[in-house]
Amino acid sequence: MTKVIFIDHDGNNHQINATQGDSLMEVAISNNIPGIDADCGGLCACGTCHVFVEPNWLSKVGERSEMEDSMLEYTESVKSNSRLSCQIKISEELEGLTVQLPEEQY
Amino acid sequence: MKEESFFEKENSIPDPWDLPLETFDVSKAEIFESNLHGEYFRRLRKESPVHYCPDSQFGPFWSITKFHDIVAIDSDHKRFSSDTNIVIGDAEPELVTPMFIAMDQPKHDVQRKAVQPVVAPTQLSELEVIIRQRVGNILDDLPENEEFNWVELVSKELTTQMLATLFDFPFEDRHLLPYWSDVATTSETVGIEVDMNKRQEVLQECLAYFSKLWHQRAAEPRKFDFISMFAHGEDTKDMINDPMEFLGNLILLIVGGNDTTRNSISAGVVELNRNPKEYEKLMSDSSLIPNMVSEIIRYQTPLGHMRRTALEDVEFKGHTIRKGDKVVMWYVSGNRDEEVIENPDAFIIDRNKARHHLSFGFGIHRCMGNRVGEMQLRILWEEILKRFDRIEMMGEPQRVLSNFVMGYSNVPVRVHKK
Repeated sequence: MTKVIFIDHDGNNHQINATQGDSLMEVAISNNIPGIDADCGGLCACGTCHVFVEPNWLSKVGERSEMEDSMLEYTESVKSNSRLSCQIKISEELEGLTVQLPEEQY
Repeated sequence: MKEESFFEKENSIPDPWDLPLETFDVSKAEIFESNLHGEYFRRLRKESPVHYCPDSQFGPFWSITKFHDIVAIDSDHKRFSSDTNIVIGDAEPELVTPMFIAMDQPKHDVQRKAVQPVVAPTQLSELEVIIRQRVGNILDDLPENEEFNWVELVSKELTTQMLATLFDFPFEDRHLLPYWSDVATTSETVGIEVDMNKRQEVLQECLAYFSKLWHQRAAEPRKFDFISMFAHGEDTKDMINDPMEFLGNLILLIVGGNDTTRNSISAGVVELNRNPKEYEKLMSDSSLIPNMVSEIIRYQTPLGHMRRTALEDVEFKGHTIRKGDKVVMWYVSGNRDEEVIENPDAFIIDRNKARHHLSFGFGIHRCMGNRVGEMQLRILWEEILKRFDRIEMMGEPQRVLSNFVMGYSNVPVRVHKK
């Protein structure tokens, strides 16, 4: 298990023990973290699992793919540390990963 | 699930299970008008989920009918183009009206981004108050103790008022918007026989009206309506000089904000009446409304398909889709895919993962106004529950003739006030 932390838009921390190999989006959904819709179910095709990765974690979660870039382009409030959580795979290296949730998914 | 007698007796539409797959053609608008498409797609999903129809009134086309295959094609915009035509039939070249839903990157991106802020979530909280007030007025004015058409008095009226706001369109002329929307969607390209030149004449009137608005908005400071955003957008401010492209984008925004929500509003009444247990669930727990809204949108699938054109030869699920082939993604079928959606033919307002549906499309062309549509439906049902014990459907609803718009022209109802 790997510890990850979601900070929702109201500032509440949700600390979760995540299964390695799952996507960060799946971790959020299976633990009922508020603020993740994940309409497409993890296929990088809708942009509704948008999170902001804490800057010190950015290099560890890897780079956005071209498709992810395209989907994020249409997402409101996109920032340089925006990622789609369905594209982040939980691994040992991500112990302590912290992400913030946007006000709304779009 | 075969309902043999129904097909032969009620109409001239053949039972899909009796037809040879080699020439199987789901594109006839009458199949959808008669609400018999479900069985046609059930057969395709089961026996030929990626299907080639060698000849139809729209020429040859591929049908993609399963959920994940549709997402795969919809997300693959580099190989499956939206350029020029996004419905099954091709428009005559001189009648083509370019619009960003029917463009590829990069032009699609700049035009969409110019107007998207009008319907983005942060803008919506401001609209919520206005919508709730209008919904209240519409519902309070409904006739009591008499039958009326829900589509005309509620579905159409509410979406028209919303659209007038998004365009900042003169409110007293707002009835022109659904009129133009209906003219635009009544087209040979979706299986309806119509005089396409007359259609174009009416759309020219639409263009003339909006051109005046454009010049007014361009002369005023930028504000949050579609026309002003286009007129002041760095990449779109010259659109007025390409009248067909301006008209195309107007049609896109009018139809997108009109037909889709209109038919979901009607479908909610239809399906709750067909499923009394679900209506009971709703009456006893109004917190189910947001989930129900997603289920209505899945169940109705207001736009039955979108079409792409292959830009190169593509191997897909054991088939070779050739460069130039038409590829039709039948959202209305994917939303009934037994392998992705449990008990898909049932309307279940507290369904698990109700948001996981295809009705908004996926990938870069995903519906831009999805949150506005959902919000209108949510507020409408919140206000209905405050006022009425029942919206009672008094007879069979009349569906529209189209393989694209899955809608109703008439839903006869009577309302029972609290």
